[in-house]
Amino acid sequence: MKGNEALAEAAIRCGCKCFFGYPITPQTELSAYMAKRMEKSGGVFLQAESEIAAINMVLGAASTGVRAMTSSSSPGVSLKAEGISYMAGSDLPAVIINVQRGGPGLGSIQPAQSDYFQATKAMGHGDFHIMVYAPCSVQEMVDTVTLAFDKADQYRTPVMILADGLLGQMMEPVTFPEPKTDLPDKSDWAACGHENKREHHIINSLFLDAPLLEAKVLERFERYKAIEENETDAEVYMCDGAELVITAYGASARVAKSAVTKARNEGIKVGLFRPKTLWPFPVNELKEATKDAKNILDVEMSMGQMIYDVKLATECKIPTTFFGRTGGVIPTPAEVYDEIKKITGGAK
Amino acid sequence: MKKITIITGHYGSGKTNFAVNQAIKLAQKGEKVTIVDFDIVNPYFRTADFVELFKENGVTLAASMYANTSLDIPAISFDIERMAYEPGYLIIDVGGDDAGAIGLGRYAEALSQYKDDLDMLYIINCYRYLTKDPSEALELMYEIEEVSKMKHTGIINNSNLGRETTEETVLHSIDYAQDIVEKAKLPLVGTVYRDDLCLSIPNGIPVKVYVKTVWED
Repeated sequence: MKGNEALAEAAIRCGCKCFFGYPITPQTELSAYMAKRMEKSGGVFLQAESEIAAINMVLGAASTGVRAMTSSSSPGVSLKAEGISYMAGSDLPAVIINVQRGGPGLGSIQPAQSDYFQATKAMGHGDFHIMVYAPCSVQEMVDTVTLAFDKADQYRTPVMILADGLLGQMMEPVTFPEPKTDLPDKSDWAACGHENKREHHIINSLFLDAPLLEAKVLERFERYKAIEENETDAEVYMCDGAELVITAYGASARVAKSAVTKARNEGIKVGLFRPKTLWPFPVNELKEATKDAKNILDVEMSMGQMIYDVKLATECKIPTTFFGRTGGVIPTPAEVYDEIKKITGGAK
Repeated sequence: MKKITIITGHYGSGKTNFAVNQAIKLAQKGEKVTIVDFDIVNPYFRTADFVELFKENGVTLAASMYANTSLDIPAISFDIERMAYEPGYLIIDVGGDDAGAIGLGRYAEALSQYKDDLDMLYIINCYRYLTKDPSEALELMYEIEEVSKMKHTGIINNSNLGRETTEETVLHSIDYAQDIVEKAKLPLVGTVYRDDLCLSIPNGIPVKVYVKTVWED
């Protein structure tokens, strides 16, 4: 199945009942699939008049307690930023998918990973985080959608899946989970009609009293702390005894993995560390994976964004270099392999 | 093989890989071949990706001047009528679904004069999610015919699961294909399989996998 379609089908299967989107390359197949399938599955698909409208429709739908989702690609996600901030400020669960393309501006329509800063550091104004997952295969995209909806509900927060044009467009075989029927009960906060039997539930991000807002934010950061403690995840590949550890996520991790396998076969002590969660960043996992490392090579389809989290996690104790292509250009396994040889000097 | 072959199907069904294989095979037999990248819908995984392969094999590529750029607009900047008129084989790789075949309708009348020397083949893959059911595959086939104002002349069974395709994967699809060709009242032109599989099936078409991701060997 195509990555974009798999994301859509997985969402339907885990009980997503509302999808609001606006077409943009390279994620359009996701919306197109939803247009075809959502109605048949008893849900709502709507092509909004803009990305801004779509994210606000998600906000409205999530307020009623249903599972809701939107998807876009880089420039469209920028337009959704305000709505995502409002959702974080209203403690609303939803899933947002970014199938990244080259930027800034309208950029290019080819795959890129240049929205890492946006997703993990500044997905809108205000004191907040969203959870960010970074799958690297079509199967993992399916699994991540299920996880994303569950975690969004558990922590009452927007969750982003940060994919890219390559993952969205490529074809791989997938297995889907059975459709989910036991969805979490949200009746203690959702605005789903009080029928004069209880107090109103108010979904709101506006606070006229500063100390009240401060208390609200502090409570939210307690939840963020729990997320950081419990929800980090990473794939560790051949890092045992590795003198060089490559850090990469998503599609660039697939490229790096090919290069690592080739180098290992030649006796070069190299491994791959692939964060599956970008926020929270898997700090302890990276420390453990780099315990024998003399060098780190960070590989991204950007000018170097995740590298700052890598350096923070390792407290800048391990020399860290960067290799990346940007603007929609995909690094090749051969290029990464050359970098490995440059740093390690080849097999000893 | 007829002079003109038009290849349609669900996006991701394997149209491009089949088209590229046919073009290379003809060229290696010393035939003059032109392959047309008629995908005006999706800028990823398209015929125009194989410029170097075509050059090595002497295949002429006709693609939009905007193919593989960031200008994501449905544009055709080549002359299909002239290519159909000139000697040599012409393989037209159409974009996915009915949306991808709309542009073909523009040439329906011009191509109708070649109808005795033209095949329009519909590619099916029983492992594609939206065409898993024979009725869904047929529905899409008729949608493509409606927008392209042309009728298919045959069906190609290209059922596969990418790298995970085994002999069993292909054999399992035979009934599905048979069901579709009977309902469509069209011939099954062939069943495609990766050339390293040990298969002996009627009308088998062994192919190489050209369409793949950067990290695949």
